[in-house]
Amino acid sequence: MQLQNPSKAGTYESNDIYIMLFPNSDGNKVELESVVYETYGKQIENIIFSVLKKYHIENVLVKAIDKGALDFTIRARLLTALKRGGINV
Amino acid sequence: MSRIKRSMLFIPGNNPGMLQNADVFDSDSVIFDLEDSVSIEEKDAARILVKEALKAFKFKCEIIIRINPFDSPYYKHDIDELKKLNIDYILLPKASNESVKDLAKRLEKTNIKIMVLIETALGVEQAFEILSSNNRCFGLMLGGEDLCVDLNCVRTKSGNELFYARTRLVNCAKALKKFIIDTPFTDTFDEEGLLKDSKYAKSLGFDGKASINPRQIITINKVFSPSLKEIKHAKRIIEAKNNALKEGLGVFSLDGKMIDLPIIKRAENLIEMAKKIGDSHE
Repeated sequence: MQLQNPSKAGTYESNDIYIMLFPNSDGNKVELESVVYETYGKQIENIIFSVLKKYHIENVLVKAIDKGALDFTIRARLLTALKRGGINV
Repeated sequence: MSRIKRSMLFIPGNNPGMLQNADVFDSDSVIFDLEDSVSIEEKDAARILVKEALKAFKFKCEIIIRINPFDSPYYKHDIDELKKLNIDYILLPKASNESVKDLAKRLEKTNIKIMVLIETALGVEQAFEILSSNNRCFGLMLGGEDLCVDLNCVRTKSGNELFYARTRLVNCAKALKKFIIDTPFTDTFDEEGLLKDSKYAKSLGFDGKASINPRQIITINKVFSPSLKEIKHAKRIIEAKNNALKEGLGVFSLDGKMIDLPIIKRAENLIEMAKKIGDSHE
């Protein structure tokens, strides 16, 4: 499935993550900024990629600014952004 | 056995930090709110966040979801997204006969119970009918702020303007053996006011009180819990009753005061509540 329009979800509050989605011509890509990047950066990226894979999303750029979100929040914000981007998840 | 409901803490449905910590506030129940604390632009985000939180955590406290009102465009989506999850109650705002009937129908084939929020003048007048209209409906909460808007009066700390609603709703709930929860005390910095308001609600017959801030929970739990002195006295009443039964006495006295059936019943209720509080901390 392809993103229909750019979208965003989340906040910059602590324990949250701000996610922006853009169409990308070159497959799926994640650009992550995180206050805990050293420790959890890879895990956050893995969660994002696994959600994209689960819903067969292709060609999307995910820009994420993490403020210490737990896994459930990362999934929820990404799913919200995908829905807002016109994808039926 | 039904769980104790001394305190019910509202948690904004779009706040991840509070959702993930729902269990640590010591509230008997938490209400994940999809209604007033969530802006219109974020209704979808809150619904998904609450859903993911419920999938990720196994909360120990009782879980209640306040959905959006029956006449809003979000009502149906809220129920559809959440009814398959592990929820104890759905709190229905601005409840009416029509909305309770509709919600009960949508919750068929689930174990989710209904709690109604009475916050309109019409709702107060129809409370008995609303509560008795469906066997999935187990209790109610008074919503003081919205009711005062409907009554066109100012909400005060003394709460005189809510006297009729409070006493009428307590009577309705008790007549139907349902639980009843008092409206939140909204000044979160006024601890003395909270204590006074909680004691007042308890004196009228409320089973517990809603809260909008975690720091209110300790006070509310304390007010709605039996004291050690009360527990000791209740135990003595039960003991005296057992002795009287052995001796074939119908009425007996303790410390010079006559003990009859209502006093025994109250003592038994108090012991049962103390046991539930004990169990909930194990």
